[in-house]
This record gives sequence, structure tokens and C-alpha cells, in this order.
Amino acid sequence: MYQFNYHKPTSVEEAQALFKAVEDGMFLAGGQTLIPTLKQRLAAPTDVIDLSGIAELSGIEVRDDRVSVGAFTRHADVADSAEIRRVLPVLSALAGQIGDGQVRNRGTLGGSVANSDPAADYPAAVVALGATVYTASRSISADDYFKDLFETALEPGEILSRIEFQCPTRAAYRKFPNPASRYATVGVLVADFSGDIRVGVTGAGPCAFRATALEEVLREQLSVEAVETVEVPDAGFNSDLHASAEYRAHLVKVMTKRAVADLLKA
Amino acid sequence: MQISLTVNGHDHTLDVPENTLLVDVIREHLKLTGTHVGCDTSQCGACTVHLDGRGVKSCTVLAAQVDGSNVTTIEGIGSTENLHPMQQAFRDCHALQCGFCTPGMIMSAIDLVENVGVQTNQEVREGLEGNICRCTGYHNIVQAVLQVARAGTDQTQEN
Ligand SMILES: Cc1cc2nc3c(=O)[nH]c(=O)nc-3n(C[C@H](O)[C@H](O)[C@H](O)COP(=O)(O)OP(=O)(O)OC[C@H]3O[C@@H](n4cnc5c(N)ncnc54)[C@H](O)[C@@H]3O)c2cc1C
Ligand code: FES
Ligand code: FES
Repeated sequence: MYQFNYHKPTSVEEAQALFKAVEDGMFLAGGQTLIPTLKQRLAAPTDVIDLSGIAELSGIEVRDDRVSVGAFTRHADVADSAEIRRVLPVLSALAGQIGDGQVRNRGTLGGSVANSDPAADYPAAVVALGATVYTASRSISADDYFKDLFETALEPGEILSRIEFQCPTRAAYRKFPNPASRYATVGVLVADFSGDIRVGVTGAGPCAFRATALEEVLREQLSVEAVETVEVPDAGFNSDLHASAEYRAHLVKVMTKRAVADLLKA
Repeated sequence: MQISLTVNGHDHTLDVPENTLLVDVIREHLKLTGTHVGCDTSQCGACTVHLDGRGVKSCTVLAAQVDGSNVTTIEGIGSTENLHPMQQAFRDCHALQCGFCTPGMIMSAIDLVENVGVQTNQEVREGLEGNICRCTGYHNIVQAVLQVARAGTDQTQEN
């Protein structure tokens, strides 16, 4: 790890001012992605700006049919939150499947969604649950947020402050975990908003996306059989030593079927 | 930079470079070498310690991030004369061979029993996903954790 200066601001304003003032700053949340990246010298910021001292980035708030989760909320706290379990159990279940216990005790929602790893779990929830991503100055709808591999709508120096999820009537998330890291080789979240179906897919492409062809068919008929009638093309899908693009396309259907089966049981 | 930590009940104030990892403070500065570094890439869990009561991989935490926190390492849970129940269970069940992964396994196992409340074989196996052992084959490790988890419940049932 290269040497860097360390800062621990106590407000978003102060953190953003620091980012502007330093030569090459990077924000640090749970560090479960950034610290390994620094160790491998894949990033060499002159200044690391720790967001852990900023109280306004924490907190879980339930309002009507929405749940707002602060960016600095750790995966374990989302998994264990009685409030989220009550109104949006699919999000707690998803958070409880991220990595392992030690990673969940440190990693945060904001870190995961800001980073937008193609195999991260939360992005599937962001797109399928019609979420809104908030920063200090604006809100970004889920459909406009994920751009490409590790690329989001966030500008350099912009801090993700919280994410507001809509609570569906029922929903289920299923993933095919990489057996070593537990990252999603493919993960699918199917959400039913009183008949309006949204399907969020992670792991398959460069970033999370909505599977609109599957959504259309499932709106007509919400059943496992209906999934079978849809062609999922593998164009643009990721291909690596863990899975070919073709296999990932196959997994999108299998995980969708499993999620639909779970959702119908609930 | 200066950081203050309570480690195994003792307060320490240290002057360390900004890029110092928590595991390096523990091993190099405080000479508590029971915490091991297996992979240094956040995969193996050999470096697991308790940070304010919860298991974390100390190779993936900066010392600066945890200034003011409470850390417990394997040295802080028991002694050779007076083993922690989890250490005793690992001994009883032959849950180690070379012992390299053991400090991390035990720290994770204590977090699982005390905070997660694992009770079944499957729950223990899932709970230990962040800890890799290269020699015992996990079976005896799972038995040891279950022995402690179930002893806790048995006692409550008896009382
Ligand atoms: C062994 C292991 C297994 C894992 N398995 C999984 C898995 O199964 N599924 C999964 O989804 N993830 C997995 N992860 C990743 C984990 O969830 C990380 O916690 C997460 O990707 C990053 O969150 P963090 O809080 O640790 O962020 P950091 O590592 O601190 O930061 C990540 C990036 O986001 C930026 N950032 C952080 N917070 C903000 C913010 N509020 N605003 C703007 N930018 C910000 C940082 O600058 C940095 O570039 C795994 C990690 C490890 C080490
Ligand atoms: S040494 Fe920390 S996880 Fe392996
Ligand atoms: S006992 Fe040897 S690695 Fe686990």
C-alpha cells in the first residue's frame, strides 16, 4: 500500500471540500473493496477521506411504502434490522447473503452501490425496487444510475448519502454465488408491485439492469412456466473463468424461476 | 498519526503511519502474534479479531479507521490455564491440525455463538464462510462450535 494522508471529516460538506482541496482523494467507507484495492496498488490516492465520522450518512427510516437507508449502513445492520425485515424483508435477506460475516460487519450499502461491482448484490435491489439514490445535491432514479462496468451516474467527489427503496407487495432474490467469494455469478430480484413486475439482474452484464422482456411476460402471467418462454440473449454479458456469457444467460433464467417460485410461496 | 485503542482491556496510544493496517498494529506494534495473516487479501479469516464485539478481518481495516475502538484478540479470551469454552471445545473435538487458522476460527466462532445465535450444522457452516482451513476438513471445527452453542442452550433448559 502506498503512503497517503488520512482524513476523517464530520459532515458531507467538509468531506466534499476536502476532496476538492487535495490532489487525488478517495472516499473510504467500510474498506472491504477499497483496502484490498490499495494493497494491490490498483489505486494510489494521495488522500483517503474516511466517511465513518459523518452522522448524517447513517440511519434507517420507514415512511409509508418506502424505506430510506443511509449510505454508511453496514450490510450486517441491514440484515438484522427489525424495521427493514418487517417492511422490506427481501433487502435484509439479500444483505445477509453478501460475502461472509466479517465482510458484512464492515461493508456498507453506499460503498457497494457507489462501487458498482458487476457481481455485487445490492445493485439488483436498487433497480428492481425502483430505488432513488440521493446525494447532497440531487436524486438519481435507479433506471439512470448504473452506467457501465464500475461506472455510475455519480460525479467525481459526489457522495452517495442514502438510498430510498420502494416496498413491493412481495419479492424474492436468488443468486448463484461464486463458491469462493459469494459474489453473485448471477443474481435476480423479482418484485411484484400490485401486479407491476420489476426484475433486477446483477452479475450477468457490466452493471445491474432490468430484464424488461422477463418483466413483460411476468406481468401477463406471474409463473415459473412463463419464464421458460423468454429468450435471454447473452450479447454483452460478462465472460470470465467462473462462467461464460452463454452460461450467465442461462443462469438469469434459472435464478428468475427460483425467485418467482419463492415469491409465489411467500 | 496518533491513535488510541483498547486491546484486550489495555489502553494503548500509538504513533503509526496513516496506511498501517489494524493487523500490523496488533502483531508488529503490540507483539500479539496469535492473530495470523494467511492471505492478506481478505479471503481467509486467519486475521479475525473482535472490533467492538464483532468479528472483522483485521488485514482489511486501517488502524486509523478504528481509533478509539475496543479490540479483542485471541490472547484476550482465555489463558493456557483457563481456556475459553470455545478453545476448550476446539481441544476436545480435535478441531485443529496445524493451528494456523485456529485463532481466526475461534474469534469468528465466538461471534457466531454470542451474536448470531447459531444452532444447526448448516448455520455454523454458513457462519464460518469467511474462515478457511487447509487441513482439518471443517467437520471437527463445526462440531466444536456446536458443542459450545448447544451447551449454552442446555444450561438454559436445565435452569
Ligand atoms: C471476501 C469478500 C467477499 C465479498 N463478497 C461480496 C458479495 O458476495 N456480494 C457483494 O455485493 N459484495 C461483496 N463484497 C464487497 C463488499 O460488499 C464491500 O463491502 C462493498 O463492495 C464496498 O463497500 P465498502 O463499504 O466496504 O466500501 P469501500 O471499500 O470503503 O469503498 C468502495 C468504493 O466506493 C466509494 N465509496 C464508498 N462510500 C461512498 C459514498 N457514500 N459515496 C461515494 N463513494 C463512496 C469508495 O471511494 C470506493 O471507491 C465482498 C468483499 C470481500 C472482501
Ligand atoms: S489474512 Fe486477513 S483475511 Fe486472510
Ligand atoms: S488447522 Fe491447519 S489451516 Fe486449519
